[in-house]
Amino acid sequence: MNTPGSGEIVQFDNVGLRYGTEREVLSDVSFTLYPGSFYFLTGASGAGKTSLLKLLYLSQRPSRGGIRIFGTDAITMPREKLPALRRRLGVVFQEFRLVSHLSAFDNVALPLRVAGFAESEIAKPVADMLEWVGLADRMSARPATLSGGEQQRVAIARAVIGRPQLLVADEPTGNVDPDMAVKLLRLFEALNRLGTTVVVATHDVHLLKKVPDSLIMRLDKGRLSDPTGALKYPPRRSGSPT
Amino acid sequence: MKRPLKLFPIGGRSMSGAAQAELLPQARMAGPIPWVIAIMVMLMVIAVAGGLALRNVARTAANELSGGITVQLVEARPEVRNAQARQASQILSALPGVSQVVQVPQAEVDALVEPWLGGDIDEADVPVPAMVDARLDGKITPERLMVIRNALRNQIPSARVDAQSSWLTPVFGAIASLQWLALALVLLLGLATVAAVLLATRTALGSNRETIEIVHLLGGTDQQIARIFQRSTALAAAEGGVAGLAAAITVVVLIGRRFAGLGSGMATGGALSWIDWLIVAAVPLLGIALATATARWTVLRALERML
Repeated sequence: MNTPGSGEIVQFDNVGLRYGTEREVLSDVSFTLYPGSFYFLTGASGAGKTSLLKLLYLSQRPSRGGIRIFGTDAITMPREKLPALRRRLGVVFQEFRLVSHLSAFDNVALPLRVAGFAESEIAKPVADMLEWVGLADRMSARPATLSGGEQQRVAIARAVIGRPQLLVADEPTGNVDPDMAVKLLRLFEALNRLGTTVVVATHDVHLLKKVPDSLIMRLDKGRLSDPTGALKYPPRRSGSPT
Repeated sequence: MKRPLKLFPIGGRSMSGAAQAELLPQARMAGPIPWVIAIMVMLMVIAVAGGLALRNVARTAANELSGGITVQLVEARPEVRNAQARQASQILSALPGVSQVVQVPQAEVDALVEPWLGGDIDEADVPVPAMVDARLDGKITPERLMVIRNALRNQIPSARVDAQSSWLTPVFGAIASLQWLALALVLLLGLATVAAVLLATRTALGSNRETIEIVHLLGGTDQQIARIFQRSTALAAAEGGVAGLAAAITVVVLIGRRFAGLGSGMATGGALSWIDWLIVAAVPLLGIALATATARWTVLRALERML
C-alpha cells in the first residue's frame, strides 16, 4: 500500500478554504492522489468541486491545512517556484478561459510557448492535437467564433498538449455531445496510461461508468467522502509505488 | 484515436520574442504611451538644448571677456582726453602681465553710444569718454586690478578701470539660473513620464488581467510577463521618442536660426556643437529606458500581489 510521502502526486491534509469572512466552502479535506490514477470528483453544484480544483491547480491558497504537490509544500513554497510546478499540471477550466485574441492554434500552443519551445517544434503537435479533437478546420478561428463545444475541445487540447503529470479537468464534457464526451474521456485515459494522474470533476454520473478503473471522490457541502474507498485504500498500479 | 499524438513534457526554456509579442494584444498594451513619450521627449529635448545653448553662451562670453579690462577716460576736453588715452596705453603696455593694449577708435565708441545718444553727437554737449581695452595674461584677480588702478591713478586720476567680466556678472548669474531651470524641467518631465507610463501600464495590466492569469496558471513566470510589457512599452516609447525628437529638433533649429539672425556675438555663441547634438539625441534613449524600466517595475510589483 502507498504510504504518505512515498511517491504521492498530491497530498491534502485537513484543508479548509473560505472566501473572505464567509463560511468555509471546503472543510477538513484530506486525501492523497497517486501517480497514474484516474479520479472522478463528484458532488452537487456548490459542493466545492471547483474550489478544490483551484487548490489543486495552484490558483488558490487554502485558509488552513497543508497541501503538498509533487512532493513540494504548496503553502510555504516561494512564489518563484510556482511556475515550474504549474508546468507539470494541465488544467481544463470550467469556463474554458481561452485567450480571446488568440486563435485556436495559438491557444493550444500557449503552454508550449510559455515553456519556451521553438515555433518549429510547436507547429506539428499542435496541429495534430487540434485535428484529433476535430478542429483541424478551425485552427485559425478566434474563441468568440467557436461554439461552446469547440471552445471546450480547444481548452482540453491546451491542457494536454504538454503531457502533464497531473491533469485537472472541471466539467470537461459539459458542452460536448455524448460521442465527443466519450472521445475526450478516451484521450484522458490514454494520457492516464502514459502515467498522467487525472482528476475530472463532474456531476454527470453516466460519465463515471465510462472509465471502469476510475476512483470516485465525492464532495458534499465542502466535505469529502470516499464511496470507492480510493482515499482509504489507494490503487495499486504499475506506475505507483507499493 | 486516428494516430498517436506527439505530446511532450514541458521544460523550462524562455519564451521567444515573437511568442511574447503575440501573447498580449499590442494595441491594448501601448495605449497613450507613444503620445505621452512624444510630448515629454519634445519638451525634454527643447529644455536640454536650451540649457546647452545657454551654457555655450556663458562659456563664449567668459572666454572672450576673461583677462580683459577696459579703461575709461572721462574728460570733457577732447585733446586732453586723447592725450590721456595715449598715456594710459603707454602705462598699461609697460605693466608686467599685460599682453595687448588697444585704444578703441573714437568712431567705434560713438557707434556704441549711438543707440542711446543718436548719431550726431555734439562733443560740447555730451562728452563721450575715450576707451582703452587691454588683455592680461591669465585671470584677472582683485589684486592685479588694484595694481593697474594704482599705476593709472598716479598719473591720470580720472581713469576708471573695470574688468570686462564684471559687467556680465549679473548676466552670467541669470544664465546659470536658466540652466538650473532647464535641469529642473528635465527632471520634472522625467517624473511626469514615469507617472504616465506607470498609469498606462497599470491600465494595460487591468485590461489584460484575464490573459495574465491564464499565462500564470500555464506556468508563465513574472519575468516572462514583465518582458512582454517591457517590449511593448519600449516599442511604443521608441515610436514616441523619434516623433518627439524630430519635432523638438525642428523647433530648436528654427529658434537657433532666429538667434543667429540677431548677429550678436553673445547670441551666436549659443550654437550647439556636435557633442551637444549627441547629448540631445540621447534624450529619447533616456526616455525609452525610463519608460521601459518603469513598465517592468510596475508589472513586477503588480504580479507580486497575484498568486
